[in-house]
Amino acid sequence: MGMTITEKILASHAGKKEVKPGEFIEAKVDVVLGNDITTPVAIESFEAMGAQEVFDKEKVVIVPDHFTPNKDISSAEHCAKVRKFVREKGIKHYYEVGRMGIEHVLLPEQGLVAPGDVIIGADSHTCTYGALGAFSTGIGSTDMAAGMATGRVWIKVPESIKFIYHGKRNPWVGGKDFILYTIGKVGVEGARYQSMEISGEAIDELSMDDRFTMSNMAIEAGGKNGIIAPDQTTLDYVKGRVKRNYTCHQSDSDARYTRVIDIDVSQIRPQIAFPHSPGNTHPVDEAGHVLLDQVVIGSCTNGRIEDMRITAQILKGKQVHPYLRLIILPGSQDVVKQMIQEGIMETFIESGAAVSTPTCGACMGGHMGVLAKGEKSLSTTNRNFVGRMGHPESEIYLSGPAVAAASAIAGRIVHPKEVF
Amino acid sequence: MKGMAWKFDNNINTDLIIPARYLNVSDMSELAKHCMEDADPNFIHKIKAGDIVTAGYNFGCGSSREHAPSCMKAAGISCVIAKSFARIFYRNAINVGLPILESPEAVESINEGDTLEVILERGEIHNLTQKTIYTVSPFPPFLQSIINCGGLVPYIRKKVKEDG
Repeated sequence: MGMTITEKILASHAGKKEVKPGEFIEAKVDVVLGNDITTPVAIESFEAMGAQEVFDKEKVVIVPDHFTPNKDISSAEHCAKVRKFVREKGIKHYYEVGRMGIEHVLLPEQGLVAPGDVIIGADSHTCTYGALGAFSTGIGSTDMAAGMATGRVWIKVPESIKFIYHGKRNPWVGGKDFILYTIGKVGVEGARYQSMEISGEAIDELSMDDRFTMSNMAIEAGGKNGIIAPDQTTLDYVKGRVKRNYTCHQSDSDARYTRVIDIDVSQIRPQIAFPHSPGNTHPVDEAGHVLLDQVVIGSCTNGRIEDMRITAQILKGKQVHPYLRLIILPGSQDVVKQMIQEGIMETFIESGAAVSTPTCGACMGGHMGVLAKGEKSLSTTNRNFVGRMGHPESEIYLSGPAVAAASAIAGRIVHPKEVF
Repeated sequence: MKGMAWKFDNNINTDLIIPARYLNVSDMSELAKHCMEDADPNFIHKIKAGDIVTAGYNFGCGSSREHAPSCMKAAGISCVIAKSFARIFYRNAINVGLPILESPEAVESINEGDTLEVILERGEIHNLTQKTIYTVSPFPPFLQSIINCGGLVPYIRKKVKEDG
């Protein structure tokens, strides 16, 4: 019996020829990631474990990106603890404000994650790197501490669901619409404990930025990872970024899947997830009359340069609706630099948008765009849970950047063709 | 462990258990004040130490924040019984030593306010109000070995010591 790409990566990191779903293994990790919310808790666990040094100074990556630039004294104290730890342990890959990015935009861009890797991160959207053909999954702070101390993680080998996307996509439809549509189809626990293997001709045609968006939201379907086998697009992306050896795996033709789900992308229209679940999806043309107070474009889901280009394409020469705030959160300093070089930044400022330094702040109701009671926001982020972006009685709608930019102009949820 | 049951729905996410807006501190007794706040703002004022949370499918979905099981523990919740758990919450609960049990049958029958007694070693949920007993399947041996150690911290501490 053949193996899936996930099983092959896990077997190779557990020193085994093969692994089977349900089996518990201890896998070597290539990268252990933490941020400013999860690392302080991990530091406490690390010390309580009696660990002195991290297993490999090159393989621990720490990015303070949630409450940074520090929003208040508490978050500053939190980050100070992280900074002290990083210096004491000599951790090489630490990214400070001004040089950082939102972690899941930053790590691939800097070449820190590669095809065939096992990556654990104390952030649920660590599944993003599955787009490179890596096994990448979110874990908690104590797992992060154990990973830093031993270079290993315990994993139950997941069963796999194969998603095959075929057909030709419609205008204004991207990776975000594919994944929202998929979550709407399988439900928020449709892939619980399982690996989501994303494949098909429509995926072959997707750019890396769109693929990252899809893998990023595997967790919103309950998935353990969301993996896309490496192809030429992947290799072109990692070339010049990844400076170490890596391995490209593919699933065997006789690999086992619990389900195979076929999706015809020509049926997918731009998607909206209504409050309060990423699985509550509808095509934008069925959204009705939803007036908006705020639009957020960016985050680890849609903060990459292509997202900014799509946004600029729609905003160019137009104005943000007078009753609405458009907040743009680019994913990294490199994205910001590229926005300046391509004239995108100017387009945003001229249209009346606020552009922030990279931060997760607005996505999790931390700072930089918190909602008041009764306010409605359309956001290109990944979660629209109750209270996620502010007051528990505010409402969050999710979409891709094209719908978000168009809606920022219209002041209500619209299809991009209404303003473009 | 013995306590009163508090019932919650399906898909209770980590933002409901502990909203991210409070995570600029990591003192769990401080965070416990906001436990379940966006699901039930009065929850923390109603519960007593030892009480038990019951919930539907996919409990703890969303974020990787370990603060979720840890703040429930700090709030005095002795155990969570759900129809199913989201995977990161599941492993976090085991890692930090918050007892969790999966039993759709037990959850289905429990009413809010029932008095429950959980005997972890035997995997038994006794509904003392309804005079019923439910048995759950044991944890896989590997997870049981972490649980027996008292969580992942003592488990790894032992390993770190052994490796010298």
